[in-house]
Amino acid sequence: MSRTALRAVFAAVALTLVVLAGAAFVLWADLEPTERSALAAVLTQPRVGLLVLFVVVLAAGIALYVRRLLAVTVGPAQRIAEALRLIAQANPAHRTREEGAPELQAVARAVNELAEARSRLLHDVEATVHDAKARVEEERNRLAALVSELDQSVLVCNHEGRILLYNAAAQGLLGGADAGARADLLGLGRSVFGVLDRGLIQHAIEAMEGQIARLERESVHFVTATRDGRLLRVQAAPVLNVGEGLAGSGEPDRGRAANAALTGYVLLLSDVTESIDADAKSVGLLQGLVEGTRAALANIRAAIENVTEHPEMDAARRARFGAIIQDEAVRLSDRLNLATAQAAERLRARWPLEEMRGEDLLTLARARIERRAGLSTKLESVDPELWLRVDSFSLAQALSYLARRLKDEFAVREVRFRLLPVGGHAQLDVLWRGAPLAPETAFAWENDAFTHGGEDSPLSLAQVVERHGGEAWYQRDLPAQIAYFRLLLPLGAQRADARARAKLPGRPEFYDFDLFQRSPATDALDERPLTDLAYTVIDTETTGLNPAEGDEIIAIGAVRIVNGRLLRGETFESLVDPQRHLGEASIAVHGITPEMLAGQPTIDEVLPRFHRFAEETVLVGHNAAFDMRFLQLKEARTGVRFDQPVLDTLLLSAVVHPAQPSHGLEEIASRLSVDVVGRHTALGDAVTAAGVFLRLLPLLAERGIRTLGEARVAAEKTYYARLKY
Amino acid sequence: MGKRVLIADDEPNIVASLEFLMEQAGFEVRVAANGEQALELAASFRPDLVLLDIMLPKRSGYEVCQRLKSDPATRDMKVVMVSAKGRDVEVAKGVELGADAYVVKPFSTRELVAKVREMLASP
Repeated sequence: MSRTALRAVFAAVALTLVVLAGAAFVLWADLEPTERSALAAVLTQPRVGLLVLFVVVLAAGIALYVRRLLAVTVGPAQRIAEALRLIAQANPAHRTREEGAPELQAVARAVNELAEARSRLLHDVEATVHDAKARVEEERNRLAALVSELDQSVLVCNHEGRILLYNAAAQGLLGGADAGARADLLGLGRSVFGVLDRGLIQHAIEAMEGQIARLERESVHFVTATRDGRLLRVQAAPVLNVGEGLAGSGEPDRGRAANAALTGYVLLLSDVTESIDADAKSVGLLQGLVEGTRAALANIRAAIENVTEHPEMDAARRARFGAIIQDEAVRLSDRLNLATAQAAERLRARWPLEEMRGEDLLTLARARIERRAGLSTKLESVDPELWLRVDSFSLAQALSYLARRLKDEFAVREVRFRLLPVGGHAQLDVLWRGAPLAPETAFAWENDAFTHGGEDSPLSLAQVVERHGGEAWYQRDLPAQIAYFRLLLPLGAQRADARARAKLPGRPEFYDFDLFQRSPATDALDERPLTDLAYTVIDTETTGLNPAEGDEIIAIGAVRIVNGRLLRGETFESLVDPQRHLGEASIAVHGITPEMLAGQPTIDEVLPRFHRFAEETVLVGHNAAFDMRFLQLKEARTGVRFDQPVLDTLLLSAVVHPAQPSHGLEEIASRLSVDVVGRHTALGDAVTAAGVFLRLLPLLAERGIRTLGEARVAAEKTYYARLKY
Repeated sequence: MGKRVLIADDEPNIVASLEFLMEQAGFEVRVAANGEQALELAASFRPDLVLLDIMLPKRSGYEVCQRLKSDPATRDMKVVMVSAKGRDVEVAKGVELGADAYVVKPFSTRELVAKVREMLASP
C-alpha cells in the first residue's frame, strides 16, 4: 500500500476514534453524577469488552472501506498520470489500462483516445515531411537530368566562383583537349577561375550587380578564349538570395529587390570558334570570287572592245588580244571550279537538317506508310552503318506520298526500300513490282504537292529533295519488272560518342546545391569537420614495394569526394611509363603488362596533372603512406610537391575497430559492406577506398572524432602507425 | 559519211558558238530551242549525237534524255549533256538517266569537239 493510502487510512481511523472518543466524553460530561454511576454499573467488564470490540470492528471496517476507495481512485489516477507522461515523452504508442472507478475509467479511455489521435497526427506529419522531401528530391533530379542532357553548356557557381553544377556539354567544352586532362579542371567545388579568366568573370559580376541595383534585366554577354585557343561566348545570369531571381517577376518589389544580393551566377557557354571561323571563310570566299571575276572580266572586255572598235588592227596584235581573252576565260573557269569545290560544304539547305541513322529514317517512313497509306513495306537491302543528314519528317511525308499515290492510282500493294552509300551520297530507292509509270507521270508526281498523296503539306518531292541538296528521279527496269524512285541524299557524319562517357557505372554527379551555403574557410583545416572537406582518394599501382630501391609508379587512380558524396563523374586515371623493367611478380598482382605501358606518358607528365586534379583537397588512401612515399620521391624530379593533409583508411579502420585482426582493403570493405570495384586497378581500388572512407566517417564521429585534426591524431596513435616506409 | 548533231539549248550566245564549232568540225547541225522541239527534231532529223542542255523550256533535258533512251527508235543516239548544273548529284542524275557524257559549263571547245568525235567514231 502506498504512503498516500496508508496516511489516508490512518487518518480515517484516527478521525473515527477521535469522533467516538469525543462523543463519549461529551456524553460523560453531560451526565449527572447519579447517571454516571448508573452508567458505570451498566458498563461491566464483558460489556466494556464488547464496546471495545465494536469500536475495533468499526475502525477496521472504516479502514478497509477507505482503502478500497483509494484503490479505485488514487492508484488508477497515479497510473494514468504516469501513462500520460510516458506517452508524451517516451512512447507515443503506450496506452493506459481502464481500471478503477467508472469516472476514472472514463478518464483512462479519454487519455487513450487522445494518445491515439496524437499518434495518427504524428504519423501524418511524418508522411507529409517524407512526401515533401521526396518531391524536392525528384525535382532536383529532374532539374539535374534536364541540365545534364542540354546541348548547351551550363555552369552554376556560387559567389566565390566554386562550381556547384555543370553538365556533360560543359565538361566536353571546357575539359581540355585530351581525355586525361578532362577531369582536372572542371569539377564540383572547384574554382571556375581554373577554366575561365578571373578578370572577365569579375567584370561580369560587376555588370550583373549593377543591373540588380538598377532593377534591370538585360543578360550579360562576353566572349572569351579558352586555354586551348577556342572562342567561347558566355552568357551570365545572376542567382539571387531573395529566393526569386529577376527572371519571371514583372515589377519586382523595389524595396526587397534592391537588397537582393548575388549569391551565385549561371553561365551558359557556346563554342563559337567554328561559326565565327566559318563565317569568316564564307565571306573570304565570296570576296575572292568577286574580285577575281571583276579583274578577269575587265581584261576580257577591254581586249574585245579594242578588237571590235579597231578592225584595222594588225593581225599580230589581234592574235594577242585573242590570246588574252582565251587566257582570262580559262582562268576564270578554273577559279570558279575551285570556289565551287570550296563552297560545296557551305551550300547548305535552308532548313536545319539532323543527323540520323538510315535505318531509323526507314522505320519512321514505314510506320507512316503502313498507318496512313495502308500498304505493306519491306526492306530489301539497307546498310546498317549508314547515317543521313535529313529533315526526317518531310522525307517521311515524301515517301508516304509516293506510296499512297502508287496505291491509289496503280493499285500497288507493297513497296520496298533500298538504302546504300554510293559515291559520297546515300541512295534511297523506293521500289515496287508491277505497272511502271510513264516517265511523264513520274515527273509530274515529283512536282505535285503532297496533298495528292494523302499528306497535308504543300511541298513537293522535288522541293524536299532540293532542300536536302540532293536529287531524285524515276527509273524502271523493264525486264525485271520493277520500277523505283531513287533519291540521292546527303550522308551524315557517323556519330562517335562525343560526350564524355562516365567511366564508372552509376549516374555521374553533376550538381551539389549545398555548396551555395559554403562560406570561405576561415578556420584552419584541422578545425574543419570531416564532413565539410573535399577529398581526393588515391591509389597507385607500382612495379614493386621498394620506392627507395628504384620501384616506380605504373598507374595512378583517384576519385573526388565533395560534401560527403563520391563523385563518380570526377575521376583521374592514368597509366605511367616507369621507364624500367616490370617484374613478373608484380604483373601477377595488378595485371598490367609492359605492352600496356608502352607509349604511356611518364611520371613527369602525369604527376603535375594529378597534382592539379587533387588541388585544394585532403588526400586519402589505403595504406596512404606507401603511395605518398612514392609521390614524395618524385618531388625533385617533377618539381611537384604534395603538401596537403593525408588520411589513411587503414589507420582509421584500426581506430574504429581496434580488435579486428585484418585491415586489408577487401576485409574492411566486406566489414563495412562496401562494394569492391575493379580490384587491383588503380581507379577501382581508389573508389573502394573512397566507399570505405565514407562509411568510416560516422563510425569515427561516434568515437568523438569529428574534425580533421582529431582524425590525424587518432590515426597516429594506432599500432599500425608504427610501421613506416 | 557526214554525221548529224542536234543542239538543244535555249541560250543564243552558246548556241552560236556550238553551232559554229560543230559545223567547223564537219557535222550537219540542227538547233532546237526547247524540249518539245528537241524530241520532234530527234524523230525527224535523226541525229547521231545530241548536245543537250538541261534547263530547257517545255521539257527539261533530263526528261528528253530519258525519253530518247527509252524509245527504241532513238536509243542509239549519243546524248551529251552540256549544262551549267554542276553539282555531283546533278551529274549522277544525268548519267543514271542515260546520258553518255556530261560536260559542265564552262568547257574547253577543243575538248568538246574531241569528245564528240570520239563518241561518234565508236559504235
